[in-house]
Amino acid sequence: MIVAGIEPRAEMVHWWFATAILVLGLLFLAETVVGPEVWARRPWRRYLWPGTMFLIGLLLWPVMALYTNSMIHMVAHGSWAQVLMLSGGAELGVVRGKLHSQYWRLTSAGALLVSGTAFLVHEQNGWFFARAAFLHHALGWTLIVAAVFPLVQAIRPRSTVAASGFAMTFLVVAVLLYCDRDSAAILGHFSQFAGVPHR
Amino acid sequence: MSADIAHELHGDREKRAATATTSARVRVVLALGPATAAAGVVWAFVQPWRLTLLDPHGQGFWWLVAEPPLYLVLVGVLFRVLIARALVQDLEDAGR
Repeated sequence: MIVAGIEPRAEMVHWWFATAILVLGLLFLAETVVGPEVWARRPWRRYLWPGTMFLIGLLLWPVMALYTNSMIHMVAHGSWAQVLMLSGGAELGVVRGKLHSQYWRLTSAGALLVSGTAFLVHEQNGWFFARAAFLHHALGWTLIVAAVFPLVQAIRPRSTVAASGFAMTFLVVAVLLYCDRDSAAILGHFSQFAGVPHR
Repeated sequence: MSADIAHELHGDREKRAATATTSARVRVVLALGPATAAAGVVWAFVQPWRLTLLDPHGQGFWWLVAEPPLYLVLVGVLFRVLIARALVQDLEDAGR
């Protein structure tokens, strides 16, 4: 396949998304530290993280279309694209003043829940098959557990613990994505069926 | 002591506490970018082979584009310059 020869490796794509998610994490953390009132003092700043989240969702579509390892990969990447665009779009609506309910934050909880489930469902191998498999499991469970933070935020929007947890989730996800390698060992384990390891 | 003086002292104490909170927040916001950039620098030293620019011969286009430790440094610097600076200004204005 011609595209396969010129497209970047999957691990590189993971690093690019790790960078975008790191940006999201820093924005969330900064907003949590200064508080929503100070954060909203400049109109452009209110659009930063919802816009970034929407953009990440948008950029997941080419990943879905080009990295067609299997049907389940396509479904997983497609579902991430949809839920991230929904969450980013809903938050854009809130900051623009078109949407008013605090419960729109539930779309972020849904995004984490769907993303986590997709990570777990589309990883066919066990935890210690290779590093990529380990990270898929770790990312999946991290996201599912972390869905509680936006859930709490929807009920108690001023909860600092929930806001901090939500921000830290993105930093953890970024670190895990940066650790991704196409074929590498994990804690000394590497399946003989996982290809040729590289560092 | 008159009630006015007591009220003034109480007000001063509250003002000092608010200033301390603001300055702590300012420090955290200002530290986020440099901490991220520092993480990238540490990563580059621990795994220098992640920076293919250090030995570019024989590397393909994507391997030359993919420099994750540099991404961290770039994000840290951009966050400090584009986000943190304005945020600190607003934080200090709000604290006044």
